[in-house]
Amino acid sequence: MIQLENLVKRYGQNKALDGLSLSVAAGESFAFLGPNGAGKTTVIRILNGMTAMTSGRALIGGHDLAKEPLAVKKLCGLAAQNLNLDGELSVRENLEIHGLLFGMNGTDRQERSQELLKYVDMSERADSLVKTLSGGLKRRLMIARALLHRPRLLFLDEPTVGLDPAIRRRLWGLIRKIRQDGVTVFLTTHYIEEAEFLADRVAFIHRGRLVNQGTPPELMAALGAWAVDRFNDAGIETRYFQTREEARNHLSENEFEGTLRRVNLEDAFLAQTGKRVAE
Amino acid sequence: MNAFLAVYLRELLILKRRFKRQLASMTVSPLLYLLTFGYALGRHLEMGGHSYLEFLVPGLIAMNSMTQGFSIAQDINVARFYFFVFEEIQAAPASRLSYVLGEICAGLTRVVLSALVVMGLGWLFGVRPHYGPFFWLAVLLNGFTFSALAVALALLVRSHADQSLLTNFVITPMAFLGGTFFPVENLPDWARTLLDVLPLTHAARAIRADALGYAPEWLPFAVLTASSAACLMLAVWTVEKAKD
Repeated sequence: MIQLENLVKRYGQNKALDGLSLSVAAGESFAFLGPNGAGKTTVIRILNGMTAMTSGRALIGGHDLAKEPLAVKKLCGLAAQNLNLDGELSVRENLEIHGLLFGMNGTDRQERSQELLKYVDMSERADSLVKTLSGGLKRRLMIARALLHRPRLLFLDEPTVGLDPAIRRRLWGLIRKIRQDGVTVFLTTHYIEEAEFLADRVAFIHRGRLVNQGTPPELMAALGAWAVDRFNDAGIETRYFQTREEARNHLSENEFEGTLRRVNLEDAFLAQTGKRVAE
Repeated sequence: MNAFLAVYLRELLILKRRFKRQLASMTVSPLLYLLTFGYALGRHLEMGGHSYLEFLVPGLIAMNSMTQGFSIAQDINVARFYFFVFEEIQAAPASRLSYVLGEICAGLTRVVLSALVVMGLGWLFGVRPHYGPFFWLAVLLNGFTFSALAVALALLVRSHADQSLLTNFVITPMAFLGGTFFPVENLPDWARTLLDVLPLTHAARAIRADALGYAPEWLPFAVLTASSAACLMLAVWTVEKAKD
């Protein structure tokens, strides 16, 4: 569904993307994991026509982005990081405008809007002005809007940023449902659990480069299954173990204060880049 | 076509929500100009056989059609930098031309409303000019020029502050010098030559000629058509340049 070859984006002397290549299969749920400023949003902005790439090639659904941008856009739905909804319009009007922008006819727009508002559990807010909605409802509306024109590929740029844990989990459920309905999902996040929970495959991005990719178990397996964090003056020192037994033994043999936990994607990211995702 | 309708419909819905405020803002300036320049200052003035108020009303319509057409720049700017709504347009399979035409039509809607407001105010002050097809053609061409220019500049600027500067340095001087309040013909040759470059000078000339019952001249319409086409092309080009 997505094939990126040597994507470069420069802002003056700075390289936001430094020769990024990757592919995402149709029907896959793919997560870009990396800290703020790693280049995740730049990729999404390029693929959705908001940012011009400096060089490289992007194929989406077999269409070359540079040569057939409108054909590419018809395939894609985007829930951007910025809540780019029209606050002065109602929920229904926001969907209506989006449907028109994507060339949907009147009946289809109305029926699909109702269907999607039901899908995201917002039917009763159809006539509310968007500026009166909470952050969580706005995020849900963004996703409904992105799905309105039946895209084959859905981009979710930090879909749960700034939301409280309960609302975040509710959105995760929605995103998994979308994935089960056959839509390819490409999401960016800097939340470890989000990537683990939602993605079939995860790619680590750091300073505009792809540092590693694979399924979450593959990426974590290289380190082991268990981790012991030791807190000292320099920060947190982590050691990895294949079994819980080994980890427990390490804790009891060395008398220090530490915690035992399962290895997560952040450990894999840290091992690759020397940086934490949240840094 | 659908994308054009989407952009235009969005602007109409917003206009509908702000209608009273918008109408009030369209009324304040011309009302003040009519009271101060037209009534208090120019009551006893005559301009080529017409009262100063008769001279002023078409000029104010020209000026308002420029400022109201250009006022969409502010909204595009806010939609772009504060609400990020422009990103939704960028991500849609909409041609650049359809986006620009949608915004220009939004500008023209304001232009027509503002012209009706000034006509109504003029009527209250006892001015009853002739508002024929050439009058409306000039109003629309002037509105088209400045709406298209508004789209172009709103997409070229890099911040909200830059947008205000453009209005201060481009639109405000033009409003006062483009033949709104006085006949450009009264100025020295060098100044006339300079002001003849401005589309507003030609708009004021064409609008005033029809309103006061004179035969239309071809030059103002040719200039306004050319400036509309040039600004449209510039606006379409800037949609691509707005990518970061």
